[in-house]
Amino acid sequence: MSPSEPAKKLTRKDFTSDQDIRWCPGCGDYAILATMQRTLPTVGADPAKTVFLSGIGCSSRFPYYMNTYGFHSIHGRAPAFATGLKLTNPELDIWVITGDGDGLSIGGNHLMHMLRRNVDVQMILFNNRIYGLTKGQYSPTSLVGLRSPSTPLGSIDMPVTPALLALGAGARFVARSVDTMAKHLAPTFVEAREFRGTSFIEVLQNCPVFHDGAWNHVTDKARAGSTMLMLEHGKPMLFGDKDGPQQGLRLKPNSLELEVVTLGEGGITQDDVLVHDETNRSMAFLLGGLEPPNFPIALGVLLREQAPAYDAGVVAQVEAAQQKGMTDVDKLLRAGHTWTVE
Amino acid sequence: MDTFTKSQTRETLESVVIRFAGDSGDGMQLTGSQFTHTTALMGNDLATFPDFPAEIRAPAGTTYGVSGFQIHFGSQDVRTPGDAPDVLVAMNPAALITNLADLKPGGMLIVNTGAYTKGNLKKAGYEQSPLEDGSLSAYRVINLDIQAMTIAAVESFGLGTKDALRSKNLWTLGLVLWLFGREYEPTVAYLEQKFAKKPAIAQANIAALKAGHAYGETAELPSGIGPYEVPKAKLSPGLYRNITGNDALAWGLVAASQLSGLKLVLGSYPITPASTVLHSLANLKSFGVTTFQAEDEIAAVCAAVGASWGGAMGVTTTSGPGVALKAEAIGLAVMLELPLIVVDVQRGGPSTGLPTKTEQSDLLQAAYGRNGDSPLCVIAAATPGDCFYMAIEAARIAVKYMTPVMLLTDGYLANGAEPWKIPAMADLPQFKAKFVTERTEGFHPYLREDETLARPWAIPGTPGLEHRIGGLEKNYDSGNISYDPDNHHKMTKTRAAKIAGIANSVPEQEIEVGEATGDLLVVGWGSTYGAITMAVRRAREAGKSVSQVHLRHIVPFARGLDTLLRGFKRVIVPEMNNGMLVKMLRSEFLVDAIGVNKIAGQPFKVAEIENAIDSALENL
Repeated sequence: MSPSEPAKKLTRKDFTSDQDIRWCPGCGDYAILATMQRTLPTVGADPAKTVFLSGIGCSSRFPYYMNTYGFHSIHGRAPAFATGLKLTNPELDIWVITGDGDGLSIGGNHLMHMLRRNVDVQMILFNNRIYGLTKGQYSPTSLVGLRSPSTPLGSIDMPVTPALLALGAGARFVARSVDTMAKHLAPTFVEAREFRGTSFIEVLQNCPVFHDGAWNHVTDKARAGSTMLMLEHGKPMLFGDKDGPQQGLRLKPNSLELEVVTLGEGGITQDDVLVHDETNRSMAFLLGGLEPPNFPIALGVLLREQAPAYDAGVVAQVEAAQQKGMTDVDKLLRAGHTWTVE
Repeated sequence: MDTFTKSQTRETLESVVIRFAGDSGDGMQLTGSQFTHTTALMGNDLATFPDFPAEIRAPAGTTYGVSGFQIHFGSQDVRTPGDAPDVLVAMNPAALITNLADLKPGGMLIVNTGAYTKGNLKKAGYEQSPLEDGSLSAYRVINLDIQAMTIAAVESFGLGTKDALRSKNLWTLGLVLWLFGREYEPTVAYLEQKFAKKPAIAQANIAALKAGHAYGETAELPSGIGPYEVPKAKLSPGLYRNITGNDALAWGLVAASQLSGLKLVLGSYPITPASTVLHSLANLKSFGVTTFQAEDEIAAVCAAVGASWGGAMGVTTTSGPGVALKAEAIGLAVMLELPLIVVDVQRGGPSTGLPTKTEQSDLLQAAYGRNGDSPLCVIAAATPGDCFYMAIEAARIAVKYMTPVMLLTDGYLANGAEPWKIPAMADLPQFKAKFVTERTEGFHPYLREDETLARPWAIPGTPGLEHRIGGLEKNYDSGNISYDPDNHHKMTKTRAAKIAGIANSVPEQEIEVGEATGDLLVVGWGSTYGAITMAVRRAREAGKSVSQVHLRHIVPFARGLDTLLRGFKRVIVPEMNNGMLVKMLRSEFLVDAIGVNKIAGQPFKVAEIENAIDSALENL
């Protein structure tokens, strides 16, 4: 922006492209898109320096609808394109959009390696536990027994838990939210954006056409108090329905497992409940695998662990070499043994 | 620099081919490269051919663990590593049994008798020692217990026998240097530098080297054997160095980065025989080079494409299996119309094939190996030094036409070396890349330049040019997603026309050797250049009407090739594959070209192409 131009306060409109949206009516992707378009102006994002990069699948149409730089790549490979782009221009704010099939199946290798390298980008994985764009086959997060066109007798493969996979790959920022919970999703986006390194966000997303209600056991409003644990750093991990008793998580004595306790029962008080420490990787592993019916699902930031970002390290090596090394190609070509022919 | 003390009269030779062969652990590659280095400094023209097994450390003494290094040097123009060795150094029985058939009748055979133990003979497959059964009588054999002499030479350094024997290749090198009138000082300097932190090892090696040299000087070699002199070659004046194809390629990419003003970003995954390009570039960060060793071949090319979109010169280096994995992403780059350089250092295929052997069998994969109609530019380097210039040419085309360019080299060029006249950067034309920066309402990323049909390069970070690109078909005008049938037809034709138009920026096809019309035209591409040139020259010296055309641009072909092909009664196409360029020429030009194919993992011998020329002329 030129200095003569007064800084304009941007709005959702500035982040909305002119493309017609082609998701099915009622798709959870609409809510995620709206939250992103509303959130970016509030944190002073510059559309020119913001990039949305995706693979293939319903979620991967996302970049077309953001009025920023956008790149709709090939199946599963978005993390690799993002890494090359970030190494080229570390000033860009890059968001990788993927899904459970794109990110965990065909692109599992790239996801794993981007996370372990800690490239400074945000990765949002839309998890609807189904393949949408190819019309309803089971995905790597589908639960055992899911009947789909490719598993007419029910799927028999064990599903993967995205947060645990991310933690296992060495991710330093792992968060989870829900498509329609804008008030939770928006601050999660903001915190992911502020983190230096790869921020991994799993968004529980509903596919109304091929897997409607896949997350009802979590999001059903009537029971949501006891099926969702809203994590806050430094706060005890409490949950429970408005009218019911307050519950909490604690370490099961003499084990490395969590258990649900009810306050007031058997002398349990709030002091017995574990306090969330988002810098504690072991705790993140315990929290990442929880899911109803036996536990609430943990939402919010599971882990935030500061570590050097890969791109910063690459740039630092190049800059250090440029300061002390050879920069003249003519000298390079003449380095070592040469001889003159008269 | 010919200050060598001539203690004996030396017979003058015009050219010599030496092959050093031994166990993988015997240091034959080092021996060969040091001999090459000294020979280059002596002013000979030369060409080399390192030939080593895929196994890193095959069991000692086995035939599949044999590593070889061939050098052809002379006082005349040298274009190939030589058809058959004049001298074979066989460090053990396995090296002898696998290489003897190539040695010229009457050739010199240097045998390390100390390694001809019962066990080694058995491992090589000899029932009795060839040193004793008269089977080597056709050669001039020098039997030397190199092991014993090496141990004696390094005795004062107090090394164990095993460590002492490590120097036996240097003893051998010393002897061969003496035989051909070469000094040992350059190797001494090399050893002092290489073992700077282990001076005892350096001194032991130097002692062995000097002992081998002194042995030649003082010992009585069998009559009729050496010493020889190979006078300097008449190379065109200038400053020279020795260069391998992979180094030339890495340096060419760095030069291209400066000539274009673009940052070089390499995404690569280790693969034989391309890995050394990654190694070289990883050491050139001071030139602003970013190297990224990706998790796999696919990620490597994807990172390069991401870098290109971001305004860098995105490059990926690989070999045939890697190109297969990258195909989908290269297709995306075709669709995105972004500059991208894909270097394929070809090796024997299919599948894992012959990883350390050379072949030209990726041409059809390079030209056609993607889903959909996905044209891109394919060019090929002819010699190790030419890899430098073709890397620059790849970058020039990629940037000017906003297209992926496939640059083909091969294992022979990658590892082979030649004396190279060093160019000056100031003499190389610049081709500064231009990014669009002008803020436009509703910027259309696919509106094309009239001349080249290239689309504008708008990089993320540029205010006002926010746009979305991807693998889906685009509307010709707006660049938005389009499923319109007529539009897809038009876009497919446009992408093809853009690639075809590259020929407008390339000089017309030249005749390499001979006239533009005649009886026989030999058309080649890639590393067969030297062998074809020598064969055509020899045929012409014998009065035959033969010419040579060598293709550096294959997709699209350079203008004028059609006319040249039609100017001859017969066209033959030697290739190290089962017939690929020949198919392309036949389909493009309806010319009755005939393939001459060698698929042995080894370069053509000049004689093989001479024979093909003769039989083609007989059948006119």
